[in-house]
Amino acid sequence: MQTLSSEQRDVVSRIVAEFKDHPGPLLEVLHAIQAALGYVPREATPLVAEGLNLSRADVHGVVTFYHHFRSAEPGRHVVQVCRAESCQALGGEALADHARKRLGVEFHESTPDGRFSLEPVYCLGNCACSPAVMIDGQLHGRVTPERFDTLIAETGHILEHSPEGP
Amino acid sequence: MTAAQTLVYVPADAGALSLGAEAVCRAIAAEAARRKVDVRIVRNGSRGAYWLEPLVEVATARGRVAYGPVSAADVPGLFEAGWLEGAAHRLRQGEAQAMPWFASQQRLTFARVGLIDPLSVSDYTEHGGYQGLRRALSLSSRELVETVTRSGLRGRGGAAFPTGIKWKTVLEQPVGQKYVTCNADEGDSGTFADRMLMEGDPLSLIEGMTIAGIATGATQGYIYLRAEYPHAHRILRQAIARAYEARYLGADVMGSGKRFDLEVRLGAGAYICGEETSMLESLEGRRGEVRVRPPLPAIKGLFGRPTIVNNVITLATVPVIVHQGADFYAGYGAGRSRGTLPIQLAGNIKRGGLVERAFGLSLRELLYEYGGGSASGRPIRAVQIGGPLGAYVPASQFDTLIDYEALAGIGAMLGHGGIVAFDDTVDMARMARYAMEFCAIESCGKCTPCRIGSTRGVEIVERILAGEDPQRQVARLEELCEVMVQGSLCGLGGMAPFPVQSALKHFRGDFLARVSS
Repeated sequence: MQTLSSEQRDVVSRIVAEFKDHPGPLLEVLHAIQAALGYVPREATPLVAEGLNLSRADVHGVVTFYHHFRSAEPGRHVVQVCRAESCQALGGEALADHARKRLGVEFHESTPDGRFSLEPVYCLGNCACSPAVMIDGQLHGRVTPERFDTLIAETGHILEHSPEGP
Repeated sequence: MTAAQTLVYVPADAGALSLGAEAVCRAIAAEAARRKVDVRIVRNGSRGAYWLEPLVEVATARGRVAYGPVSAADVPGLFEAGWLEGAAHRLRQGEAQAMPWFASQQRLTFARVGLIDPLSVSDYTEHGGYQGLRRALSLSSRELVETVTRSGLRGRGGAAFPTGIKWKTVLEQPVGQKYVTCNADEGDSGTFADRMLMEGDPLSLIEGMTIAGIATGATQGYIYLRAEYPHAHRILRQAIARAYEARYLGADVMGSGKRFDLEVRLGAGAYICGEETSMLESLEGRRGEVRVRPPLPAIKGLFGRPTIVNNVITLATVPVIVHQGADFYAGYGAGRSRGTLPIQLAGNIKRGGLVERAFGLSLRELLYEYGGGSASGRPIRAVQIGGPLGAYVPASQFDTLIDYEALAGIGAMLGHGGIVAFDDTVDMARMARYAMEFCAIESCGKCTPCRIGSTRGVEIVERILAGEDPQRQVARLEELCEVMVQGSLCGLGGMAPFPVQSALKHFRGDFLARVSS
């Protein structure tokens, strides 16, 4: 089992301290950890448990119950493809297959270069504009395979031409 | 600069943004600057006409003239054509509220959505906002609860339980900490009314929750919002902050001396948390496993205290009821389904979007008059109503009315009012497989019929899809569905078989006519 870096420990401790007096704070704490670190490291469980006066099993049980919380570091960009009925009615399954092929990974996996994670999602609430995809929290509607490729290329482009680039 | 400032409305609704509204907004600002014309861009919600999004409206002497769907590339041409004066253009749709699709709707809950700047308290109050709360503060708790009861409002989340009865139970609990919780875990595919409302008129939800607090003596509210709605989250948080600034929330609501505090809590991608007791578990920071009832949440809910649990649309409808009166609201509707319902048309439909109408119109009118038929141009073969646990309704039943009892009469349910259309290329056995798969993914695991039954259901349908003795497998599937319906602890396992059973009933050929692979 890896240990947390001292920066990660600090982040987790700060978050626990911030929320511990809220009523029913565990989900808020986990959301804040994931927002800060990109995932909820398993090694954070004892820290969270101790800070909130819960058992490790309680914390582990909650992290693993909810689809939203990740226990492993995701790719730099998270691509969520809706798999629900409305999107299926307009080619969502073909789009999901295309996404798998284009990124070369299965759902719940990340590309080997660490750029993209592919996740299923069950409804993004954009059902009048199916099929829908969310990339890094940005919603896209009426996504054809061609448009998917463009979105992925644009996302990659932003990455390669980020401010710290040439 | 000679001309006066022109208001241009560009929706900041997540659906409009998903179709490029942000780029359109930037293009309008750039083109206006280039032409040196004074334009002020207002970010409104969506009118719900999603096939026209991004739908841009220009405030002219002739009213708010709509153009759509606008892409960033169209913007210079629109300026050139004179759209700031409402001039002709191939994208011109006329005055938004005069479009036949819009003019025939009866928008009570959605009266302001798409019309106002959702984050402007003054816009809200100028369009009737906070009139309900003002009146609520002049009534006794009993009168207020009685108003909601007499309006006939039923829970719009799907269960259709009379809202006033729930409130009465909470009111009757001994004085002490009580809560108002809003279930904004809109997880049903084909539904987006909660999202649109929260993004387009969040103050109406905030006002409705405040009234619920005043009516029952609850001083703390929580909105349990699904994590899949990051955009709605940002808007809600800002709207709550503004309501606090304007003293519509806090220790002294509208100078009444009464307290109501409100915060948003995020869910974490669990469909089951749309079930009310599981939502309460999640709000308390636990796994979203359902609680055994009784006790009802109205008696022992959040943190063991009396709690109102209502859906977004239910709560956002309360202000208009309290403002205009119970009789006004109950004057709409059919039979025991009173008022209006924001219906969401989705899936394979030409004109997808939000239609708010009084109960009692037919499915056919919705799908063809409002929806314009399928997007693919092929016949609509089936619609699924009420989300992933809702029945599939065949074309032969499209004359059924939208009304809780009428739909129950054909073995369907209205749920949260989402309708997903499928054309004749749909394979209903595959949809049945999906229904079981979804239940397996989302089951909280607490009861066996749901946890194990759904996985066995996927396996059985897969054998059917492979053509392995479909006759025998179909009989087994029907038996399994019965066990799940009768034996599950909550509506997830108890209703996940509904789409399967309806598919078997209306589209049996899709199951039996499989060829062995």
